[in-house]
Amino acid sequence: VTAVRIIWTSFVINLKMLGTSSFFLLMSTVQPVIFASIAFFMYRTGNRAGTLLYASLGAGMMGVWSTTLFGSGGMIQWQRWQGTLELGVGAPPTLALLYLPFSLANAFTGMYALAATVLWGRIVFGVPLRFAHPWLFLLSLPAVVVALGMMGLVLASTFVLYRYANALANLLEYPVWIACGLVFSTSLLPSWTHPISWILPPYWGILALRHAALGGAVWAPLGMVVALAAVSLAISFATFGWFEHLARARATLSLT
Amino acid sequence: VRAFVRLLFVGGYLSYRALFGWLNPYMYLGTLVVPSLTQLAFFVYLGRAAHVASDAYYVAGNALLAAALPGLFGMAQAIAGERYENTLALLIASPANRIAVFVGRSVPGTVNGMFVSVCTLALGTLLFHVHLPLRALPGLALAIAVTSFACVGLGLLNAALGLRWRETAILSNLLLFVLLMFAGVNVPLDRLPGWMSTLAQGLPVTHGAKAARALAGGEAFTGAFGLIAAEALVGTLYVVVGLVAIRVFEREAQRGATLEVA
Repeated sequence: VTAVRIIWTSFVINLKMLGTSSFFLLMSTVQPVIFASIAFFMYRTGNRAGTLLYASLGAGMMGVWSTTLFGSGGMIQWQRWQGTLELGVGAPPTLALLYLPFSLANAFTGMYALAATVLWGRIVFGVPLRFAHPWLFLLSLPAVVVALGMMGLVLASTFVLYRYANALANLLEYPVWIACGLVFSTSLLPSWTHPISWILPPYWGILALRHAALGGAVWAPLGMVVALAAVSLAISFATFGWFEHLARARATLSLT
Repeated sequence: VRAFVRLLFVGGYLSYRALFGWLNPYMYLGTLVVPSLTQLAFFVYLGRAAHVASDAYYVAGNALLAAALPGLFGMAQAIAGERYENTLALLIASPANRIAVFVGRSVPGTVNGMFVSVCTLALGTLLFHVHLPLRALPGLALAIAVTSFACVGLGLLNAALGLRWRETAILSNLLLFVLLMFAGVNVPLDRLPGWMSTLAQGLPVTHGAKAARALAGGEAFTGAFGLIAAEALVGTLYVVVGLVAIRVFEREAQRGATLEVA
């Protein structure tokens, strides 16, 4: 019961905090719309207008990843700047449990991105919104968001030790967009990159959403999303414990 | 004159050092070069999927756009960094020549933009096996230098807006998105709606990227010279507008006592 209360309360508080951040609103609405527009223009130019919903979903997922990434990167750093990181470490619950709702809220904010790109595509580019499996789409969406939240938690744990988290976040934005094939097929990529794609939740997440929207098998990629979310959660609890111990032993917790 | 030149070069150099004081060389590569290269790769693959243009189109265009990253964000820090360190009021109160202060800061920014752009172009051509004719290299170097200058010009305007609005990171990102979308780097200008391609004519990168693509495609330097000159004109206009805007917003901030809270 205590864990559920911690998760719910922190989730709501962080959601409110993110709602007041212009940077997050930019990341979760403006950026995805820009990338969606570029993808729309490019697919249209190449006479591939049938792929507009495909591009719309992909650009939305790009936004979910960006908010998760920058949210996770900033999460620990903001706590450092505000002087509350030590309080979190000193609190009775484990650090991973404390930051789990923060990461979920980051990914949840990313859902605005999907809503923004789908609406933008419909209103400005006339993208038809006919979903092959609407109920499965609604089921896949929260699963994907939770999985990305878990992945964000793993990243955030490394930032307990690493002071330049935002710089690392910059590094990981485009590579994950590319490796997961969010707006193009991964078959275009060199074959050595495919195993990297397979271990990333957004790869399976976009497959589940795409198949639910455009037709195709949803349950298999959705199962992978859930499995990878569970693995990420387990990894994050282990790494948070380990990195927290290292940071305390080296006395580097509050170094900014 | 001596004080002006000293402020221009020494002041610019010290400001640039301060900008990267907290970074090591790996961080420099990770912050500027790698994101530019991965952005280039992303659009090459998207271009292949959409069947819009050749890899060379995206490599040349995005390599030129890479100069905008240090130009926009670096120049924004000229104001935001001072505000963060609580030295903005001291800078504004000083009798230092504003042109020397801010143009001085734009010189390392231009060189930085050129370096990032050259690295992105070199690595992009190697990664995607794009052939650049040897005789195109001097013209490409000039196109990169002029585009970096133009991006820093827009960066100066961005810095001026930082006197009115605290959220310089948002401003810089928005301007970068505008360039990404409008400058014809990823979507050919003739495929954009008319108002967008018209607006693009007044933006940095548009003419520089077009010149770079022409040179990479084998066109003679004389054929691309007009485009490079247009890019230089656009850059000069932004520098002038940026300096005027800094002066205007500085006075407004003094009058309204909003320098630290804008």
